[in-house]
Amino acid sequence: MDFESASMRRNKARRTATNYLVSGLCILATVLVILPLIAILFYLIYKGASSLNLAFFTRIPAPVGESGGGMANSIVGSGIILLLASLMGIPVGIAAGVYLAEFGRGKTLATAVRFTADVLNGVPSIVMGISIYSLIVVQQKHFSALAGGVALAIMMVPTITRTTEEMLATVPHAIREAALGLGVPKWRTAISVSLRTASPGIITGCMLAFARVAGETAPLLFTAFGNQFWNFKLSEPIAALPLQIYVYAISPYDEWHRLAWAGSLVLIVLIMVSVTLVRIFANRGALKGGS
Amino acid sequence: MGVGILVEDLNAWYGTTHTLQDINLHIPANHATALIGPSGCGKSTFVRCLNRMHETNPIARATGVVKMGDIDIYNDASPVEIRRRVGMVFQRPNPFPTMSIYDNVVSGLKLNGFRNRRILDETVERSLKQAALWEEVKDDLKKKSGASLSGGQQQRMCIARALAVDPEVLLMDEPASALDPVSTSKIEDLIFQLKSQYTIVIVTHNMQQAARVAENTGFFLNGKMVEFDSTHKIFTNPRDKRTEDYITGRFG
Repeated sequence: MDFESASMRRNKARRTATNYLVSGLCILATVLVILPLIAILFYLIYKGASSLNLAFFTRIPAPVGESGGGMANSIVGSGIILLLASLMGIPVGIAAGVYLAEFGRGKTLATAVRFTADVLNGVPSIVMGISIYSLIVVQQKHFSALAGGVALAIMMVPTITRTTEEMLATVPHAIREAALGLGVPKWRTAISVSLRTASPGIITGCMLAFARVAGETAPLLFTAFGNQFWNFKLSEPIAALPLQIYVYAISPYDEWHRLAWAGSLVLIVLIMVSVTLVRIFANRGALKGGS
Repeated sequence: MGVGILVEDLNAWYGTTHTLQDINLHIPANHATALIGPSGCGKSTFVRCLNRMHETNPIARATGVVKMGDIDIYNDASPVEIRRRVGMVFQRPNPFPTMSIYDNVVSGLKLNGFRNRRILDETVERSLKQAALWEEVKDDLKKKSGASLSGGQQQRMCIARALAVDPEVLLMDEPASALDPVSTSKIEDLIFQLKSQYTIVIVTHNMQQAARVAENTGFFLNGKMVEFDSTHKIFTNPRDKRTEDYITGRFG
């Protein structure tokens, strides 16, 4: 039997063509998204890889006029500032998100918090730097790693808060009811059930916020300030990769330009490595067939 | 053991909608009681008032007296205490997706801070056996997520989860309506066995189901309880014309 009339066959050909066209456009868009990342990465490797050596990871910058030296203190400094920022920004961001999604529904305070988070997200990073400069640096009368950490932490909070809220909103109400119906208090339900169910998305949000501030220069200019020497004290100016890259890139020396390229490469690789490690670590405990 | 439930002048609202009007009812201990009626008649709201889940909705409100044994649940205890004594099984299986089968079953204990391994192990085995799921899952207890089971298995796991906290009353809100006939008959067998130990209240759209599992049946219509009697009486010789119209399929 022939179920297909001539017009149905023509329709089928048209649908197939449309299918190929739309799929093709989606693939094209994907390539356009990935292309800049790959291009940047390869250009950084091309420009920077040749300047990478053991000294780069073990030495501090050489004085002007001398060759050699490295960015060891900047790599460690960035690590310290980012650790500080994450320790302050992630708990505050997640807690505010939990409040918005689980306890603040329809309350005026929640609306205010949500609005503040959205505005804070749009504050230019240089403005954040100047604000922390006047709030902390001027009060304490010195630049410090702590001030840098606070500036980056405040930049992380809005992203984390809003992602936490949105991810919690995707947790089905039925799951909360299951916990409440077992006599689990509401706060415990929010933390052990809702937050845990939404955790993959929330971790992604934290990583996005982390990756964004890891490369920030402007908020650190007037806070962490930079340092040509080792420093492990939170109350003193500290070196950071983006700051060191900035200083070297605007200098007149060719060797410093090459070091700036190498520093950029290291920065990008470190961000990618830390994000990947967190993902692997977060997926380790996953169960078969879970979501 | 189960306890009887005495309901006096229970009224409930969602916002300005008067969902339950002057419900008076005695649910006997260690029996299964079925609640039937068309969609939106208030029977789900009624069972949600029995474990104070109704009030988790910010616009919801209830008045009246509900006594479970000697306890007036709206005056003598907090909602959290009541819900530990009254298990609830929902219309759709709602396992915790991040937890293993084992953790799902004892979630009521663990989330309330209970940590004794030996007792948790025993509880998991007892509850899963009560819910007739033990043989099917005993090898995957900690390996598989609760969400990886089939719909029927998930629902039996949810029953095991409710039984694990050792409740006196088990509320079931259309527990089989999202399941296939084989799973449905397993759930019904289960209700039949469990009612000797627990007081069971089951909401159902399926009148044959009510006739099969319950000793008593209540018929709800437009927020009122029209008739409450032995299941046999309701289905063979109802007093009220509206009950008769409903069970003979003339509306609803």
